[in-house]
Amino acid sequence: MALRHSATKPGGGGEAGDLIRFENVGLRYGMGPEVLRDLTLNIAPGSFQFLTGPSGAGKTTLIRLFFLTLRPTRGLLSVFGREVSSLVKSELFSLRRRIGVVFQDFRLLDHLTTFENVGLPLRVLGREESAYRADVVELLRWVGLGDRMHAMPPILSGGEKQRAAIARALITRPEVLLADEPTGNVDPPLASRLMRLFVELNRLGTSVIIATHDINLMNQFDARRLVLEEGRLTIYD
Amino acid sequence: MTDADLAHRIQVVTHRRQSRLAARRPNQLVPENTVSGNALTIVIAIMSFLACLTLGAVTLVHDASRDWQLDVQREITIQVRPIDGVDTAAEAARAADIARRTPGVIGADVLEDAENARLLEPWLGNGLDLADLPIPRLIVVRLADANAVDLDDLAASLGDVRGASVDDHRVWAGRLQSMANATVFSGVAILGLVFVATVLSVVFATRGAMASNANVVSVLHLVGAEDGFIAREFQRHFLLLGLRGGLIGAAAAAFLFALLGFVLIPSMAGSEGERVSALFGRFAVGPIGYFGALGIAFLVAVMTALTSRLTVYRYLADSE
Repeated sequence: MALRHSATKPGGGGEAGDLIRFENVGLRYGMGPEVLRDLTLNIAPGSFQFLTGPSGAGKTTLIRLFFLTLRPTRGLLSVFGREVSSLVKSELFSLRRRIGVVFQDFRLLDHLTTFENVGLPLRVLGREESAYRADVVELLRWVGLGDRMHAMPPILSGGEKQRAAIARALITRPEVLLADEPTGNVDPPLASRLMRLFVELNRLGTSVIIATHDINLMNQFDARRLVLEEGRLTIYD
Repeated sequence: MTDADLAHRIQVVTHRRQSRLAARRPNQLVPENTVSGNALTIVIAIMSFLACLTLGAVTLVHDASRDWQLDVQREITIQVRPIDGVDTAAEAARAADIARRTPGVIGADVLEDAENARLLEPWLGNGLDLADLPIPRLIVVRLADANAVDLDDLAASLGDVRGASVDDHRVWAGRLQSMANATVFSGVAILGLVFVATVLSVVFATRGAMASNANVVSVLHLVGAEDGFIAREFQRHFLLLGLRGGLIGAAAAAFLFALLGFVLIPSMAGSEGERVSALFGRFAVGPIGYFGALGIAFLVAVMTALTSRLTVYRYLADSE
């Protein structure tokens, strides 16, 4: 595994086909100190990487940058070939729909069924339920929730919620999948099962970024590692 | 069980599940029947009820003041003062004849001694013998229309009736009108204040209810919903919620108006009641009160919906 410190190779790894590119990106909240400094990285199509680092290193902030809910305060960030600082809000929405996110706390809506939660990204696009019903049912079966589609999130187990959140992130067939501690709330066997799901998804062409603290989990896969420490990024290819 | 049977069974189960999914109504994106939503409905119902009651009271006062003015303007009084050596009763009868012949006059009646005694009773007591007192004779003249009678011409015609003078109540009517206008103005001002209080209560209660839905806004945003879509969902939800609360309040106020009408109007049939209704009206709210209540319900609903829309936009702007 080759080590590369992002600050030492500006623009390193950037290619024309990259889905996401950071060049000397920095971010600060208000007038505070920079929480992310001089980040330079690229996310290639069909790539698989772990994002790791100690608590407070800025992983969640970096994920928000990937997902375009934050914009850098300096440097260049381009997503799907578009420079983020020049995007208007409606363009942000269309780019964001090409990225799926699995949150650590699942972010499922408790008053909707599992089926409705998974179909939510398509519903907000104005699609009729009859048009996407078969896709949602098939995806729920794929993640092992075929028998739980009418259940409400409060009665699902942690693993079932996690799989429902993953299914929701995948229903729009995103080009990039971001997962924030997707195995943080499940036991090791289920964690392995979820990871196999991500690997399978990656094999089908989706670029996957998994934020995790779990060294053992990362050691099971020969994948690129993005290590954040005190706001700086080190990349192990 | 053979593989074919198993496959058939799976197909049947799948078909049933798909049919069940297709048949049910999807849940609303904004949760229904929550504690905060029900509390907001109650607040809206109470504030709408108070606003409708105030509107009803203002229309009552307005109607009563209009009736006072019409009554006063449709009557004048001719007074025949007693003069030594003159038969006051004969002069009063002559004045009444002249008044009846005047165009625009419906009728003129000389008040009998008993009626005069009743008018003076509060000041002079019972058992009054008017023959011993120099009391003027009063003639009540009823007019078809206040503007149809030339009062100066009538006063000139009464010139040769000794001791006669015309009182057209102008000063009294002017003061009454001022008082009525002030009362209506005060009522409208109170209605305005109640309405401002309603607006503020609804706005703050809506913002409170919205706060409990912050997670829904956030999730919708994160799954790719545009601001306009989220705002429309919340606006529709809060419009229905506001309409329900507003209509409950308006219906309760309309019921109270109708109840007051049924209970109080029959009790005003006696002479005492007639005097009260002459001053305060008939306690019957007219169509303006009922339609106004309906208008308040719709206005409150629209206001609730707009507040939720603005709150969503503000929340989304803050979260970016």
